[in-house]
Amino acid sequence: MPQGQLTGTRIRDRRLDQGIRQVDLALTAGISPSYLNLIEHNRRRIGGKLINDISRALGLDPALLTDGAESEVLDRLRNAAADNPDAGAEVARTEDLAGRFPGWAALLAAQHQKIAALHARVENLTDRLTHDPQLATSLHDVITSVTAIRATSSILADGGDIDADWQRRFHRNIYEDSQRLAESSRALVGFLDLSGKDSDALRSPQEQLEAWLDGQGFHVAALEDCADCADGEIVIDGLVKGRDAATVFVMRGYLRGYYADALALPLDDFCRMARDCAYDPAQLADQTGVPLVQVLRRLATLPPEQDHPHMGLALADGAGVMRLIKPIAGFTLPRGGACPLWPLFHALLQIGQPLRQIVDLPGPEALRFECFALACHLRPPGFDRPPLVETVMLVRAALPDAAAKGIPAGITCRICQREGCAARRSASILSEVGG
Amino acid sequence: MTGKQVLLIEDEPNIIEAIRFILSRDGWAVATHSDGTTALEKVRAVAPNLIILDVMLPGRSGYDILRDLRDDAATKSLPVMMLTARGQSKDRELAERLGVTHFMTKPFSNAEVLENVRTLAGW
Repeated sequence: MPQGQLTGTRIRDRRLDQGIRQVDLALTAGISPSYLNLIEHNRRRIGGKLINDISRALGLDPALLTDGAESEVLDRLRNAAADNPDAGAEVARTEDLAGRFPGWAALLAAQHQKIAALHARVENLTDRLTHDPQLATSLHDVITSVTAIRATSSILADGGDIDADWQRRFHRNIYEDSQRLAESSRALVGFLDLSGKDSDALRSPQEQLEAWLDGQGFHVAALEDCADCADGEIVIDGLVKGRDAATVFVMRGYLRGYYADALALPLDDFCRMARDCAYDPAQLADQTGVPLVQVLRRLATLPPEQDHPHMGLALADGAGVMRLIKPIAGFTLPRGGACPLWPLFHALLQIGQPLRQIVDLPGPEALRFECFALACHLRPPGFDRPPLVETVMLVRAALPDAAAKGIPAGITCRICQREGCAARRSASILSEVGG
Repeated sequence: MTGKQVLLIEDEPNIIEAIRFILSRDGWAVATHSDGTTALEKVRAVAPNLIILDVMLPGRSGYDILRDLRDDAATKSLPVMMLTARGQSKDRELAERLGVTHFMTKPFSNAEVLENVRTLAGW
C-alpha cells in the first residue's frame, strides 16, 4: 500500500481486491451505499465503531486501514504550512485538501519532507565548512604556499640585481612551495568533492545510523549471525568501516548495544517466545530472565521479512536528547522539540520503573499507540558522580477502540491542535488558525 | 636609514626568506623569530622599530602576543603589522580590538608589505 494513501481509498482498494460490491459492503457495515461512497472518496471522516465494522466486513485488522498514513501526510502538510507562514496556506482546510486531492497532497508532503532534509544537510555542510579542522588546515596550507610563491616569484620577476646564491635559494623555495601547494590543493579538492560520495557525507552521524538501519529494517543480520562468535567487535569493525570518525563513534555505540541484546536474547528462541506471548515485553522479560530494557530494544529489531507486528523505538539520554528513532506509521518524533508528554520522558522521572501507557494523538484519525518505556542507569549510581541514564520506549499501534484510557500527546507543538495543553512550549499553527 | 629594525615573527621559512630579502634590500635590519612562546623575549632583546606578526604560530597565537605587547608600557605603542591567512571580518575586528596597527591578509604583494612597513615605521 503506497505511503500517504487515505483511509477511504484503502477501503475502496481492499473492497475491490476482494470483489465485493459497494452496496454489499455498505449493507454489512450497516450504512447506506451513498455514505460508503462518500467515505471511499475521502469526503467523510471515518473512525471508531464504523472503521471496526467495515474492517470486520472486509476481514481485516482495522490498523491496516488506518495505520497512520493519513496522519503522516496531514502532519507533513501542516509542517509545510508552519515553515512557510507567509504563504497563506489554508491550514484549517488541510484535511479537505488531502481528501480531495490525495495525489497532490502526497506530492506536497513529500516535497516538504525533501526540502526539510536538504535544509538539514545544508546546515550540516555549513557547520562542516565553518568548523572542520581538516578544512581549516587545508585552506591555511594553500594560502601559506601561495603567499610564499607570490612573494618569492615577485622578487625574481622584479628584475633587480639578485646574486646567484639568492636566485638559487628562491628557485628552490618556489619549487618546494609549489609541491606543497599541489598537495594541499589536492587535499582541499578531495575534502570538497562530495559529488562522488554517498549522500551520507552531508548527514549527521545519527541520521547516517538511522538511514543505514532503515535500509535493513532495523535488523542487523550480520550481528545475529555472529551471536555465537567470541568477538562481535570484528563484525562491528566491518560494519562501520569507511565511515567518518564521528559516525563510527555513534554507530559503534549502538551496534555494541545491539550485539549485547542479541547475545542475551538469541533470535530464533526470542521470536518464538514473542509470538507465544503476543509480544508482551513484561512476559518476555519474566520468561527469559533478561532485563526489560533489553527486551524492549530487542522487540524493535525483529526481522522485517517475518510476520511480526511493526514496532517503533525511541532512545534518548538523560537530557532527553534523541539518540535513535525508529519510526512506524503515524509515530515519529523530531530529534529536537518533541512533545514532552510521551512516556519516554516520563520514564526519566522514575528511573527503573517500567511504564505501560496508551498515547492518543490529536486529529480525526484518532491514532493510538501502546507505549512501553523504561529509563535505566548506564553505570552503577554513586555519591561522587552524576548518574548516566538512558530512556527507551517501544511503540506499537493500538486499536482505536482499545478500552484503556490514553494520555493525550502530540508529535511537536507547532502542528498539535490540542487546546489548553499545559505542556505547550510554542504556539500551534493550527490553533492560530482556529483563533 | 640604518638602525631601523624590523622584527618578523613568522614560522614559514620561505615567507621569512622572501620578506627578509625585500626589507633588507630596502635598507632595513631584519631580525626573525619563529616561536610564539618565546616571542616576547625576542621583542625585548631586539627592541625593534616595528613588528610583523603572524597570527598562527607554534606555541602561542599572534593575538596573545599582541595582547601582551599592548599591556606592556615599553611596547604599548610599538607599531605591529599582523599577517594572517584568515581574512574574515571577525579576525580583523579581534586584531583591532587588541590594538593592531595594521592588518594584512595573505597572500600579499611585496610592494604592499614594503609600503606599509615604511609608513608604520615613520620612514
